Amino acid sequence: MIGMTHYLVLSAILFALSVMGIFLNRKNVIVVLMSIELMLLAVNFNFVTFSSFLHNVAGQIFVFFTLTVAAAEAAIGLAILIILFRNLRSINVQDMDQLKG
Amino acid sequence: MDVTSVLFYVFSAILLISGLRVITAKNPVHAALFLVLAFVNASCLWMMLGAEFLSLTLILVYVGAVMVLFLFVVMMLDVDLEAIRKGFWKNFPMALVLGVVVLIEMLLVVLKNPLVTMSANSDPATNISNSNKLGWVLYTQYSYPVELASMVLLLGLVVAVALTLRKSEKAAKYQNISKQVATDSKTRFTMIKMDAEVEDKGEAQ
Amino acid sequence: MTEMNLYLTIILSPLLASTIVGLFGFALGKKISHSLTILGVLISTIGSYCLLNKVLNGGLTYDGPLYTWLTVGTQSYSVGILVDSLTATMLTIVTSVSLMVHIYTIGYMKGEEGYERFFSYISLFTFMMIMLVMANNFIQLFFGWEGVGLVSYLLIGFYFQRESATFANLKAFLINRIGDLGFLLGIGLVLAYFGTLNYAEVFAKLHEISGVTFLNTGWNAITVICLLLFVGAMGKSAQFPLHVWLPDSMEGPTPISALIHAATMVTAGIFMVARLSPMYNMSETALSFIAIIGAINALFLGLLGLIQNDIKRVVAYSTLSQLGYMAVALGCGAYSVGIFHLMTHAFFKALLFLAAGSVIVAMHHEQDMRKMGGLWKYMPITYLVTIIGNLALAGIPPFAGFFSKDMILDAASNAHEHHMFGSSFVVFCVYAAVFVTACYSFRQLFMTFHGKERFREVHHDDHGHDGHDAHGGHGHSEPKESPWVITLPLVLLAIPSVIIGWLAFDKFVPGEFFNGTIYNAQFFAEEIAKDPIAPLAMIMHSLHQLPVYLALSGIIVAFIAHKSPAFVAVVKAVFKPVIYVMERKYFMDDLFINIFAPIGRALGKILWSIGDILLIDGLIVNGSARVIAIFSKIFRRAQTGYVNSAATYMVLGVLILLTFCTGLILH
Repeated sequence: MIGMTHYLVLSAILFALSVMGIFLNRKNVIVVLMSIELMLLAVNFNFVTFSSFLHNVAGQIFVFFTLTVAAAEAAIGLAILIILFRNLRSINVQDMDQLKG
Repeated sequence: MDVTSVLFYVFSAILLISGLRVITAKNPVHAALFLVLAFVNASCLWMMLGAEFLSLTLILVYVGAVMVLFLFVVMMLDVDLEAIRKGFWKNFPMALVLGVVVLIEMLLVVLKNPLVTMSANSDPATNISNSNKLGWVLYTQYSYPVELASMVLLLGLVVAVALTLRKSEKAAKYQNISKQVATDSKTRFTMIKMDAEVEDKGEAQ
Repeated sequence: MTEMNLYLTIILSPLLASTIVGLFGFALGKKISHSLTILGVLISTIGSYCLLNKVLNGGLTYDGPLYTWLTVGTQSYSVGILVDSLTATMLTIVTSVSLMVHIYTIGYMKGEEGYERFFSYISLFTFMMIMLVMANNFIQLFFGWEGVGLVSYLLIGFYFQRESATFANLKAFLINRIGDLGFLLGIGLVLAYFGTLNYAEVFAKLHEISGVTFLNTGWNAITVICLLLFVGAMGKSAQFPLHVWLPDSMEGPTPISALIHAATMVTAGIFMVARLSPMYNMSETALSFIAIIGAINALFLGLLGLIQNDIKRVVAYSTLSQLGYMAVALGCGAYSVGIFHLMTHAFFKALLFLAAGSVIVAMHHEQDMRKMGGLWKYMPITYLVTIIGNLALAGIPPFAGFFSKDMILDAASNAHEHHMFGSSFVVFCVYAAVFVTACYSFRQLFMTFHGKERFREVHHDDHGHDGHDAHGGHGHSEPKESPWVITLPLVLLAIPSVIIGWLAFDKFVPGEFFNGTIYNAQFFAEEIAKDPIAPLAMIMHSLHQLPVYLALSGIIVAFIAHKSPAFVAVVKAVFKPVIYVMERKYFMDDLFINIFAPIGRALGKILWSIGDILLIDGLIVNGSARVIAIFSKIFRRAQTGYVNSAATYMVLGVLILLTFCTGLILH
């Protein structure tokens, strides 16, 4: 029988994968953004799981807001990416070192 | 093994594999497509959990909007793929270690936590659908946060436009709506008087 | 609260006028500027007379806070008003003289650069002086004290383009700092021992503190406090050896010499001691000290007046001498007599200064008496008032100075009878000074107004002392009497110089005017009570006493010296070394400039190079910066500026947090 643990382990693996993704694609901002989306998905997975198994609708409401914020974040992040590319002609993270001390 | 278990394992396997491909794909377009696949599988799993409304929202919002945006951007930008892939394998050991550590810690919490094993799935079996339930709570108890969320979305919209809009450049063409509305027949069409063209013989030779 | 309104009007009207003229003088123009400031002081003067009237007839007294300025722990410092007979007397003196000087200035400063500025300053001075006399606590006293010092500094350096003026004002400022250090220490000790700075509360506690010794040294705490406070008075009231700034302060325009450096500010120290008379009565040591210092001032600095050729410096040295008299009166426990002399002196000395200023104006800003002479027929009013002033100064009955000076001599003799320490020296000095005073004051009179008309011989282009000549009156135009704005104050000041001694004698000396305000030392109070004297009887009595004849002989000697240069030559030959010493002002200037100043500078240099450059700048300021720079150099490597390293650190942080939480949950 599939229980709560199964879902939680699945989301844990997904989260670990996305953490790895951030470190692997150190140069590619787009994939880093995608990894972040994946991470959010893992977190949302936890919310939905708890909400479903504990019969508390609040968890799903929270996911609702997370989705909202994630959508806005994706839009703004990609907009930043576009102007970044426009200015630097690259999306290589290593080129973004204007803040270097 | 019943059908739900089989479905769970199938969906989660596809989810994990596509997640792995997202972070390892050479081409960002592929990564984006695998991300779409991951989201679809996740929404299937949510459906199994009884969160029908959210699973559909995930498809609509992520697959329909956010991922399309990603694909747009990826295809629009002329990215040097080779340069970006550089250092991928150099980072691999560290990423692996970190990922494993995170995973172990989370698994420890999940598997050892008494909270997790606490509840049994004893559904009170109501006829109220998930969307109905969510709607009731969302527009009563959480009405102010909903308003706030709408403001956040509006902000995202405005910021994205404000950041990328380039008015100063000649290349960018845009319409002045109020000017368009205010036109009448006289401003649309102007008669210009000019002299008839006469061939100048002296010049021509 | 009509009285309160009166007090506030007296205090604030000069301040208001000064502020308006100081800020907007350039826009208001000269006429409005001087009218406004004179109006302010006039209001203040009328208020002061109302106040004096109330105090005289109604016995009005008031002691209360105006508002609380700040509270530190249990201590609160407030601005307060103390009104009693002493305050009313001082107020009347200050505002009257100030009003006269304001009017006089219109004539004296005519056409000068900074005309509005000058009026703003003297009105500000009036305000500060009023704050000083109306204070009911030490902090406010100190405020007024420093305020008048500041204005004095500004006004001595009024002609700031002149090097000698900036030197003089810096000198006055620095010497006053020495005195103020003592004064501030004294105030600090008052706070430490009495726990309050309010006069009334301090006086109430005097008997508790009287036996306390200062820091296990065996000295009486009150003696130490009194001496330290008197050090402040020595600076402000130009007592030996801190007197050196006063003669140099004559660099300022004459009106301020009259107002600040003769009539009012320099008497602040005298006023302060009289105000604190209950405290000074507890310490015989301090009283003796004051008397001896005063005696030195009276005789030895008076002697210097004999050899001065600058008309203003003669008057300046006579001021020093008279301040010495006042200090002697205080030292002999006759505080009311000291205040009496302060009052008479304020009028006749202001008169003398303003008269000298009138002469200076007529001579086109020439101050050297050797280039004057024979002016009496050109300037009859100035001549007449100078005679009155000099007679008052010399102490010839029945002029004002006679009464006050005679009472001081009596007080000194009385102290001698009661075996006060050093009183024989004091008595000798004050008697000898009577002769000296008469001698130098009439020497000045004869040199200026009689004899050959030497101003016809000299050419104005060689007068080194007074470089600027605003009136442009070079050449040989006849000297003429000054305009009415100058002579009116002279006449108005000459009247009290004649009669004030007579009028006020009853009030000040035997009377009960100062009861509850000034507490004369017991032996003096008893002496006065034993046989009260009337002014007329005093004049008759004085005719077969030494002082009057000393004064007369002084005048005669001055006359002989004026008529026969041979006599002067003989005297000069006989006393050659003495005169040399006197010409060098007893080496006091050399002492300060060549010994104290280099020591101070050397000390400052050592402290600067070791303390400032090495320790503070090197170790603390730059050192801390350097330490931070070193650490920054190391930690800067962490700031790559790359987004992904920031992300890495973030994830690492999350990881650590996660580990911590995991540990927490699993336990």
